[in-house]
Amino acid sequence: MGIKKRKIIELEDAVVKFAGDSGDGMQMSGTQFSDTSAFVGNDISTFPDYPSEIRAPQGTIAGVSGFQVRIGSKDIKTPGDLADVLVAMNPAALRTNLKWVKQGATIIIDSDSFDEKNYQKAGFTSDPLEDGTLDGYNIVRAPITYLNFTTVKELGLDSKTAEKTKNQFAVGILYWLFDRNLEYGEKFLDDRFKSKPALAEANKKVLRAGYHYAETIETLESRFQIIHKEERKGKFRNITGNTAVAWGFIAASERSGRPLFLGSYPITPASEILQELAKRKQLGVKVFQAEDEIAGINSAIGASFAGNLGVTTTSGPGLALKSEAIGLAVITELPLVIVDVQRGGPSTGLPTKTEQGDLLQALYGRCGESPAVIISASSPSDCFDYTYMACKIAIEHMTPVILLTDGYLANGSELWNIPKIADLPPIVPPLVPDNTPDFKPYRRDPEKLNRFWAIPGQEGLRHRIGSLEKEDVTGFVSHDPLNHEKMVRLREEKVQRVANYIPELKVWGEPTGDLLAVGWGGTYGAMISAVQDLQQQGKSISLAQFNYLKPLPRNTEAVLKGFRKIIVCELNLGQFAMYLNALYPQFKYLRYNKIQGLPFMIEELKRKFNQVLEGKE
Amino acid sequence: MMAATNETSSAQPALTRNDFRLDQPVKWCAGCGDYAILSAVQNALPEIGMKKEDIVFVSGIGCSSRFPYYINTYGFHGLHGRAAAVASGIKIANPELSVWIVTGDGDSMAIGGNHFIHILRRNLDVNILIFNNKIYGLTKGQYSPTSPKGLKTKTSPDGTIEPPFIPGELAMGAQGTFFARAVDTEPKQMTDIFIKAAQHDGTSVVEILQNCVIFNNKIHQEITGKDVKDDRIIYLEHGKPMIFGTGRDKGLILRNAGLQVVNIGENGITEEDLLVHDAYTPDIALHYLLTRMNYPEFPVATGVIRSFPCEPYDQALERQVIRSMEESRIKTLEGLINSGNVWQI
Repeated sequence: MGIKKRKIIELEDAVVKFAGDSGDGMQMSGTQFSDTSAFVGNDISTFPDYPSEIRAPQGTIAGVSGFQVRIGSKDIKTPGDLADVLVAMNPAALRTNLKWVKQGATIIIDSDSFDEKNYQKAGFTSDPLEDGTLDGYNIVRAPITYLNFTTVKELGLDSKTAEKTKNQFAVGILYWLFDRNLEYGEKFLDDRFKSKPALAEANKKVLRAGYHYAETIETLESRFQIIHKEERKGKFRNITGNTAVAWGFIAASERSGRPLFLGSYPITPASEILQELAKRKQLGVKVFQAEDEIAGINSAIGASFAGNLGVTTTSGPGLALKSEAIGLAVITELPLVIVDVQRGGPSTGLPTKTEQGDLLQALYGRCGESPAVIISASSPSDCFDYTYMACKIAIEHMTPVILLTDGYLANGSELWNIPKIADLPPIVPPLVPDNTPDFKPYRRDPEKLNRFWAIPGQEGLRHRIGSLEKEDVTGFVSHDPLNHEKMVRLREEKVQRVANYIPELKVWGEPTGDLLAVGWGGTYGAMISAVQDLQQQGKSISLAQFNYLKPLPRNTEAVLKGFRKIIVCELNLGQFAMYLNALYPQFKYLRYNKIQGLPFMIEELKRKFNQVLEGKE
Repeated sequence: MMAATNETSSAQPALTRNDFRLDQPVKWCAGCGDYAILSAVQNALPEIGMKKEDIVFVSGIGCSSRFPYYINTYGFHGLHGRAAAVASGIKIANPELSVWIVTGDGDSMAIGGNHFIHILRRNLDVNILIFNNKIYGLTKGQYSPTSPKGLKTKTSPDGTIEPPFIPGELAMGAQGTFFARAVDTEPKQMTDIFIKAAQHDGTSVVEILQNCVIFNNKIHQEITGKDVKDDRIIYLEHGKPMIFGTGRDKGLILRNAGLQVVNIGENGITEEDLLVHDAYTPDIALHYLLTRMNYPEFPVATGVIRSFPCEPYDQALERQVIRSMEESRIKTLEGLINSGNVWQI
């Protein structure tokens, strides 16, 4: 065929970033490429990075939408720091992402979009394709707009529709570059455009055109091959954190026998949980899109009073609005799960970016002594497990539980080894049989201290609860000073005793050593990657990544004691470090904080850990 | 709602008001209008055809909102303004329950205004009793969203400069399907109206003109006083002519797209010429005019002004859930997570 034999570069993993205008279909292209990679047996981890504007002006920095995926043969824990391959559909996409690509990376560019007007709009003063900006990179300049247009011309598409297929040209180039089977990409398009077969055909045609273009042109001197090292077995699917939360709720509902009720209000980046559950009526899920955040949580409390698993989902500003009602769930001692998908704050802040700024709000952001259980998830797929555990604790201990995830987990995805629902730990609601003699609404289980769940409709159990202080056992309204102190202490103790029912804190690495890296929640992927890299270099470093934040695991103090130095890494100004310092003031906590709306990079963590290990903190 | 069709189990003796009494002390001020309302509710509940276990009272914050603590059903005393949201969750979770919201003019019209209009827009099948005393009582005497303009209170020492809400007007503006007005001095009418509210399919709003004996005493006296009420209140009943007055000699007619008070026997007006009340018509225009009538130009309308049956939210949702469960091939979460893009490696 006259096609030159290309060099094959073997890699354990590769990071690919798609970037273009927010209407360019970058999220779809990224998903398509990731799904295909998963299908051929790679592990994957994805992270979309999109602006809060729906369609900012074309070609501007504000309008750049990105999707990063890391594919690999081994266990992949983050979407990667820097890209091996960047697809830049316009100068703005190039400018925004150039700092996130590796030296020598392959950059695929739509050269048609690099006219003077466009590169100036992106803030370049001269043509970056000509002025040396891209020296040291492997640049693939393809006239994508033109080639796309000629490919679909004969299909009779209008120019606006034709414009929307050009992303497939770039995807086609990538399929060739990574030796991906086009069939998977085509199947993806068939599914995506199920109701619009003409559009599916056009996209497929462009995908093939891109592939063949890459095969033919001389600039592409090498192809990548992801070498297979580990064999993973099992049944997998790609899952985002938000979907995992939604499914965790359904799992808890099925296992507890309590119907699921979600009362929620749309908010970025949590809305996908609400949307996913709204689609699950076939599983008996009831979703109430409330008029505001406050109604969302109050309706969930009402549903919980009526015997459902009442849950609500939100992000930081919504958690602030819900705080009074969380207190209501604390005093009425009803099961309730509040998911806070954290984003950059304060106020409206950075709605589409990630942060860990809500920890103290979750712990203390309420009036009075108002203890709730606080837990956090640490990867897109374990959002399923921690949502399930949040429900289990809420139901069995009759308490509100706040689950902290974040924008990075919520929108990011990874492969999930699909569990058997029957293998999940049982959830046993503390129900009360009808006509129980001498039923008292605030009588407690002697071990867990939970009260019991008597449900409207049950005979012989009529009772009244509410937001006023309750008399111990009877639940009558009481303003008695000693009773109040007793109830405050009981509610706190009930939450503390949850520690007897959760796993101990795990240490990755030796249980003693020079440095303990401490993280919580969604930073797990970067933390474990950084710590394991240094461990392989023989450094004395271990990781403790917390998922249970209130109460802390029983062995927390013992773990902290084992290390000469402790560094707490957070995407905030040091909230968890402050909390640990309040509970265990005998230790010194070094801090590493980043507040940029972005996740930690592995390299920056390693740099910091090395400094600390070398005594240069 | 289910009330009319859901019979009490024949094994159970008929309920009486005593089934709904509690031996807990009631802590409203002596002479408070709330006592009469509580009593009227206790008289109404045995008549709505529900088991006592299937009734839930929900409230927010305020004097009226202590109500659930005084009635022997399931009860939930929530947060200021949020009773409608809590009640929505309860009703959606279990549509078989008879759910009642007890609220006041501050709780429902101020801090809870948003929830009030949205529960009506959705037409959730619950009953809302608004105790309207036109003042904040529990916080000791500040003006409320229904206080008449010019009322001097602790927070309006020079008289309020805010026009008041008329609860019925707000209810109809929010597409409410049931609105009635009662006065706390007419126990039999109250009981009758509460029963009708319970029977209505959808959100029933009953505004009760209630006296706060401490902070706004006699605020309704001008209308509800024994000596004047017959001339200043018109009690509306479906299918009956709109007639009122001590001598049953006054009535309402429609003229120039508005209501007008006429004297029977004057200018050739007979009872035949009077409007006949149609509570069940979907057309909101006349209900709206009746709701807005105010003394001295008009008598104040009480009774069931609007009762237009319309599928409630909770029933529509239940229908969607059942249909979806029947039609979908996915029956469990296990089925869901193993469907679609799944890779066996």
